[in-house]
Formats: sequence, C-alpha cells, structure tokens
Amino acid sequence: MSFIVPNTLKGFGVTLKQVFKKPLTQQYPEYKRPVYPRYRGRHRLHVHANGLEKCVGCSLCAAACPADCIRVVPAENTAGNRVSAGERYARIYEINLSRCIFCGYCELACPFDAITLGNDFEISEYNRDDLIYTKDMLLAPPIKRVPVADADLYDTPIPYYKDNS
Amino acid sequence: MHEAWWITIPKALIVINVVMVFFALTTWLERKLLGRMQQRFGPNRAGPKGLLVPIADLLKLIRKEAFAPMGAKEPLYIIAPMVSMFTALAAFSVLPFGAGWTVWGHHITGSVVNVPISLILIFALGSVGIYGFIVGGWASESKYSILGSMRTCAQLVSYEVSLALSVLGVVLMGQSLNLQAIVDKQQATLWFFIPQFVGLCVFMLGGVAETSRPPFDLPEADTELVAGYHTEYSGMRWGLFQAAEYINMITLSGLCVTLFFDGYHFPWVHSLDQFGPVWFVLKLFTLIGLFIWLRATQPRLRYDQLMRFGWKVLLPVATVNALVTAFFVVWAA
Repeated sequence: MSFIVPNTLKGFGVTLKQVFKKPLTQQYPEYKRPVYPRYRGRHRLHVHANGLEKCVGCSLCAAACPADCIRVVPAENTAGNRVSAGERYARIYEINLSRCIFCGYCELACPFDAITLGNDFEISEYNRDDLIYTKDMLLAPPIKRVPVADADLYDTPIPYYKDNS
Repeated sequence: MHEAWWITIPKALIVINVVMVFFALTTWLERKLLGRMQQRFGPNRAGPKGLLVPIADLLKLIRKEAFAPMGAKEPLYIIAPMVSMFTALAAFSVLPFGAGWTVWGHHITGSVVNVPISLILIFALGSVGIYGFIVGGWASESKYSILGSMRTCAQLVSYEVSLALSVLGVVLMGQSLNLQAIVDKQQATLWFFIPQFVGLCVFMLGGVAETSRPPFDLPEADTELVAGYHTEYSGMRWGLFQAAEYINMITLSGLCVTLFFDGYHFPWVHSLDQFGPVWFVLKLFTLIGLFIWLRATQPRLRYDQLMRFGWKVLLPVATVNALVTAFFVVWAA
C-alpha cells in the first residue's frame, strides 16, 4: 500500500501542471493551419498561356474516377469557336464534390495536365446542388485561399504550438 | 434572537436561485478545468470565456422534445426527476452561510432554516433523493434503465453508510447535530479538519461516490455503459436529473465546508465574519475544483473494486475513527 499511494498522488501533479501550460488546440476559423504543398483539395481546370483551355474533353478523368463524380460532354472545336488546343473541347465539365473522394486519380489520368487538385478545403455549402462545380467555377481562381506551407522549406507545416508558445 | 417568519420566504427564494447559478457555474468550471487539464481551451465561443455555455445548454434542453417510452408509468416517470431536484435543492436550506445580520431592525439568520437536527435532515433528504433515481429507472419500463437504477442504488446505499459514519466524529466533537452549533464549536476551538483528518478523507471519498462523480461514476459510466437510470429521459426531464446530481455535489461540498472547514468564518480575522457568504462560497468552489481535479486525474474503478473499497476500507476506517474520537472526547471530559 505504501508504494501505491505516492504514485496515485503523483497523477494529481501531472494534471495540475497542464493547467498552467498553453493549450495546444488550434482555433480553426481564426487560425488556419497551412496545408501540405501537395494537399489534395478541390479541383481546378487550367488554361494555356494563350488563353485556350488545356482540357480536350477526352473523358479519361471520368473513366478513372472511382466515385464516378465527373461528367464530361465534349464538342468539336470549329474555326469560329476555338475553345481548347486540341480537336475537341469539354462543352460541359462538372464535378460533383459531394461524391468526390479527393483521390487525385483524375489528375493522374489527364494526358494534358488540364485538371489538378488545388489546396482549398473549405468547400462546405448549405445545399447539395451547390456542390456540383461547373466548368466556369473550376476554371476561375479559387475564392477562398488557404495558407500553403513553403515546399522548399518544409516537408510538413510548422505545428501550431511551435509558433505560439 | 429570532427572525420574523416571513423573512424565510425571500431568503429561500434567493438561496434557491443562487444555488441554480452555482450549478450553471459548476458545469462551466468543470468543462473549462477539464479542458485546461487536457491542454484544451474548454468552452470559449459562447460569450466571454464561454460563460454563456450553461445558458445555451438550458435553451437546448428546454426546446428539445421530451419523449417518453410507451410503457412508462406516467405519473411516476414525470415525478421522479422532480423528486431528485427537490431534495437536492431542499438539502441546501439548512447549511449556515453567514453569521446573521440586522437589516432595518429585522434580524436575519445565516441559514434558510435552523433546525436542531439539520445534519440528520441533510442525510434524510439525500436518502429520499435516491428514490428519484430508483423510481425514475423503474418507471421507464426499460431493462437498461432498471439495470442502471440498480447500479445506482447499490452504490449510493453502500456509500451512504460510510458517509454518515464519517461525520460521527465531527458530531461527537461538536456535541451537536445542529450545523450552526458545529460551526460555532469549530470557531471556539479548532477547525475540525485537523483532528478529524481521517473523517475528512472518508467523507470526501464517500461524497464523491455518493454524488456518483468520477472515478466513482459507475451509475453512468459514459464510455462503457448505457447511460443508466436516465436512459429513457430526454430534454429538461433529463436536465433535472443532471441538475440534481450537480446540486448534490454543491450541497455535499457545502456540508464538507461546514463540518470540517468552519463554514462561513474567515481564519483568524474575526471582523471579516460579516462577509460570511463570500468565504463560504470561496471554500465551496475550492472543494468543487478538487472534485473536478480528481475527475481529471483518476481512472474509473471496476465495480468489484468499488464495492470492496466501500465496505472493506471506508466503512471500517470510518467506524474506527468514530470509536477513537469517542474515546478521546470522553477522556478529555
């Protein structure tokens, strides 16, 4: 019994010590922890430097998608209406983000690097329909930007407690 | 000096409301302290420092649908949480929280009522409060509820014995069952936590078990079992049970302050005694902090450990403490 009691009481010291430390919690909406440079967030479609879309409407991303959330309807480029650099372009390009599992297979499947996964993760909406991202939304630069850790400096973002304690 | 009979009514109203505010503060303090002890912030969104969290809880509970099982024994099912709440609040009425004041020619005593057997009254009300738990579980007509209420009564009845025996030493030294007289005796001689340190330890441990606080929270071991006797309760009925448990803890801390720490008196400086309620509340919340600290530190007991500890450790220690105290009291006289 004599050697049990001190150990039992030692625990009280451990818990009391924590009260005077700064909590480790990251206060999320105020503090946004930088994401990994290769973090897979919401998708983006890209354009060439001359303004033509990279996507040629081949539907390989839709074929690779395990969640079946990409819908591509291609159309022919004409001399009067040239949208992409290839023969065809994506007339409709939709990603249903309520189904997407952010695996990045579309990115791997794309032969022209037209679709990549960006860094945005704040994509919650009040309505399911708002989560169907159309081509315009995917082409536009993201509205909500999240901090991204510098790829040259870190493998991982700086933990919150190193900055704030 | 007697006070007019009608003074009791506003005094009771004030005391009940203050105790309810303490209950709200205790839930907030518990979350905050538990959070800090686990390197979290605890509540910090609703209001400054999260102080409005109890209000938000209350609004949520009141607006929630209070459904009852089809087989519930209707009057008993509804009365049970009220019984628990009533006894929890009523027990506070005999605790002395001040030395008494004279306001506009009226004398006001420092407790809602001052009965000669106030200590026995508190224990009696505590025992009646257990009926709320038993009847609530039984009237729910659910096997989980009835198993939960069986666990609750087994624990509460076991620990009530040692709890009552642990204060026997204080009663012997105070020569009275009146809490006011016990406080006066401590003021005249010595705070009883020094001569009755064993009694204090037994009282604290038994008290933690009696209010089913962790590490003795077997009646509702959240992480292991279905909720217990209040499985089938929801909304404010459940809230009443929860409030009763917290107010029991506050009352028990108040009783501990009264019996062992000289109630409302400030140590050494007698002129500060007119601010009695302040010292009483300070001592009270120190003890509640101790309860929370205990909860944050110790893991829950197993059921057989709980029973063994209650009957084979606490009860003999309390009995021997009472006998030794009786011997010394007689020897000194």
